[in-house]
Amino acid sequence: MARLTEENIRLAREIISRYPKPRSATIPLLHLAQEQDGFVTNEAMEHIGQLVGATSAEVYGTASFYEMFKFEPVGKYLINICGTMSCALMGSEELMHHAESRLGIHMGGTTADGLITLERAECQAACTEAPCLQVNYRYRFRVTAENFDTLVDQLQSGALEGEIPAHGTVAAVRQHIPADKGVGAVAPEDVTEGPAWLDGKAAL
Amino acid sequence: MTSNPGGTWPHAPGFYVGDRPKIVTSRFEYEDSYTLQRFEATDGYKGLRAALAKPAAEVHEEVRNATVLGRGGAGFPAGNKWGLTPQGVWPRYLVVNGDESEPGTYKDRLLMERDPHQLIEGCLIACYAAGLSQCFLYIRGEMALAQERVATALNEAYAAGYVGKNILGSKFSVDIVLHWGAGAYVVGEETALIESLEGNRGMPRLKPPYFPAAIGLYGQPTIVNNVETLANLPWLARNGAAAYTAVGTATSPGTRMVAVSGHVKRPGVYEIINGTTTFRDLIYGEEFCQGIRNGNELKAFVPGGGSAPWFTEDQLDVAFEGPQAGAAGSMLGSGAVMVMDSTTDIPRAALTLTRFYAHESCGKCTPCREGGTWLERILSRVVDGKGTDADLDQLLEVGQSICPGEFPHASNEKLGITAVPFPYRMNTICFVGPSAYAPVHSALTLFRSEFESRVTKRTLIPVTAVAQ
Ligand SMILES: Cc1cc2nc3c(=O)[nH]c(=O)nc-3n(C[C@H](O)[C@H](O)[C@H](O)COP(=O)(O)O)c2cc1C
Ligand code: SF4
Ligand code: FES
Repeated sequence: MARLTEENIRLAREIISRYPKPRSATIPLLHLAQEQDGFVTNEAMEHIGQLVGATSAEVYGTASFYEMFKFEPVGKYLINICGTMSCALMGSEELMHHAESRLGIHMGGTTADGLITLERAECQAACTEAPCLQVNYRYRFRVTAENFDTLVDQLQSGALEGEIPAHGTVAAVRQHIPADKGVGAVAPEDVTEGPAWLDGKAAL
Repeated sequence: MTSNPGGTWPHAPGFYVGDRPKIVTSRFEYEDSYTLQRFEATDGYKGLRAALAKPAAEVHEEVRNATVLGRGGAGFPAGNKWGLTPQGVWPRYLVVNGDESEPGTYKDRLLMERDPHQLIEGCLIACYAAGLSQCFLYIRGEMALAQERVATALNEAYAAGYVGKNILGSKFSVDIVLHWGAGAYVVGEETALIESLEGNRGMPRLKPPYFPAAIGLYGQPTIVNNVETLANLPWLARNGAAAYTAVGTATSPGTRMVAVSGHVKRPGVYEIINGTTTFRDLIYGEEFCQGIRNGNELKAFVPGGGSAPWFTEDQLDVAFEGPQAGAAGSMLGSGAVMVMDSTTDIPRAALTLTRFYAHESCGKCTPCREGGTWLERILSRVVDGKGTDADLDQLLEVGQSICPGEFPHASNEKLGITAVPFPYRMNTICFVGPSAYAPVHSALTLFRSEFESRVTKRTLIPVTAVAQ
C-alpha cells in the first residue's frame, strides 16, 4: 500500500503520454491509485505528483475537490443512494431510512465488518428509474426496501463478486491506443499550422 | 439482478422507442446496439465517409445550415460555435462534455452506453469539419458502464482504422482520448471542464476572456460540445441539412431527447420532435408519459433541469422551442422534465434542488458560496416547521444578492400574475448560484400559501424603555 506498483506505473505512463501536458492525467492517475489501494494514500499522491510534475499538495488540492476520491479506507462496497429531486419525489428519503436501519449505520458510515459504506448521493442521471442507487458505481433502479435487503444479502454472501469489483475500480475496461495507430498528443508548442486535411483552407 | 421495469429488454431502462423520427436513438432497439458489428450493419461510419468525401469547409457549412442547437443546456448552434475560433491559431481541440449531472437529466448516459460508436463518429465529423487536432471525451466519473462501453468502442474503432492516423486512408488524423471525472457537478460547466481536464480543481473561469472557443484547453481554441449534440452529426452527414431541418421547426430543427421523471404514469426518456412537441403532449400523450400517476392532478413541473424556473398547468401548451419557453418564464435547458402531482410537498421538493446546488457550489464567488448555504439553511428550517414569516422574506432577499432585479417566473391565472421572461441578471461567475435560488423563487411565487401555513408569525418583542 503506497506508491504505484510497477504495473500501475506502466499504465500511468501510457495514460500520461496521451495528453499534451502530463498534469492532465492527474485525475485518471488518482483513480488508478484508488483502484490499487481502495482509497488514495498520501504516498500515492506524492508519487503521482512526481509522475505528472506537480507537488503532492497540488495533487491533494485537485483530489480533494472531487467527491469520488476517498482519503481513508471505505467499505468494499460503497452504496450511494440518490437524494435529488426525482428520487426524492419517488421515496428516496424512506429508502435511506430503511438502509440505515438495515445496516445499522448512518449515512457516511461503514459496517463493522468493513463490507459496506453508505452514502447519500446526488442525481445519478437515472431520474426516470427513481429511486435509484449505485453500488461501486453500478446501478440498481426503482429500488424498494425489499430490493435493498436482497442487494445487501447478495453483497454479504459474495453473490455479486463477479459483477461488482471492489471499491476503487470504476470502469473495468481501459482504453488502449496501439502505437502504430495513434497520432500522439498534439501539444500547443509543437504546432503552428492548421491540420493537413484542411489543405491550407481554414474551416469557416 | 438489475431490475428493468422501465421498458422491456432490449431497450435501455426507461427508454421508449416511438413511432417518430429517430435521429440519435435509431439503434436502441437492438440488444447489441453498442457493438461495432451492429453499428456497421446499421449505417455506422457512413456519415464519416460522406464527410471525408467533401472538403472540411463544406461539412462545416452543412452543420451550420442545419442549425444543430447545443443539447447541453444553452442551445447555441454548433455550426456557429465552431466558427468562433480566432483565425490562424493552432492547434484547436475538441472537448466532449459527457459529465451529465444536472438534476433530472438522463440522456447522454444512454447515448454513451447504448451507442458509443455513434458518439465517436460524431466527434470525428466535428474534428474534421472544424479542423480540431485532438479530441478529449470527458465522461462523468460515476458512470462506470458508459466508460466501459466507450473504451471498448474506441479500442474497436482504432483497430478498424476509424480513429487515429490517416483515418480510412485519408489525410485526416485525430486521436480521441477517453478522460473520466471524479464527481463534481460544476465540472459540467465548460470552463470548469477544461480546468478539470488540465488536472485542476474544477472551478469555472471568468467569461470574458475565457470563452473556450478563443482561450480554452492549454490556452488554445477549444470547442466544447455536449454528447447529444455530437451524436446528431452522423445522421446529419448521411442525410444532409435539408433532411435534418425537415424535422421540427425552422428555429428548432431535428429531435431532442427528453427525460421525464417524477409522478407520471410512464416516466422515461423519449426522443421527441423539436419545436412542436408540447409539454402537454409529453406529460399526457399516450405515446409518452400517459398522464399523472394514481389519477392525481398535476401540481407543477420543472421544464428544463433543476436550474429551470417551474411551470404549472397554465404552461402545458408551451412547445419545446427555446424562445417560447423563455417568454413563458423558464428555459428548456438539458431536456429534463420533473413532474410533481397534487400530493407533493412543495417546500420540501424545492429543498431537494436548493440543497443540491448549495452543496455543489465550488466556492469561488461569495453570493453563490454564502447565498446557497443560506438558502438551504433557511429553507430547511421552514420545511421542518421551525421557520417564521420573516424567513420567507429573507429567502427572497438572499436570492436578490445572487440575482438582482426581477427573477423569471411563469404566469399564473389563478394567482393573477404575469410571466417574467428569461434570462436573469446574476452576480456570479456561473449558473450554480442562480440555480440554487430558482426552485426557491418558483416555489415561493407559485405556492406561497404552502410556505405560509408552515411558518409561525414572528412575535415582535416590544422595545420598552428602561427608564423615562
Ligand atoms: C453549472 C453548469 C453545469 C453544466 N453541466 C453540463 C453537463 O453536465 N453537460 C453538458 O453537456 N453541459 C453542461 N453545461 C453546459 C456547458 O457549459 C456547455 O454549454 C455545453 O457543454 C456546450 O455544449 P453544447 O453547445 O453542445 O450544448 C453546464 C453548464 C453549467 C453552468
Ligand atoms: S456561481 Fe458558484 S459554482 Fe459557479 S463559479 Fe461561482 S461559486 Fe463556483
Ligand atoms: S434525481 Fe436521482 S437519479 Fe436523478
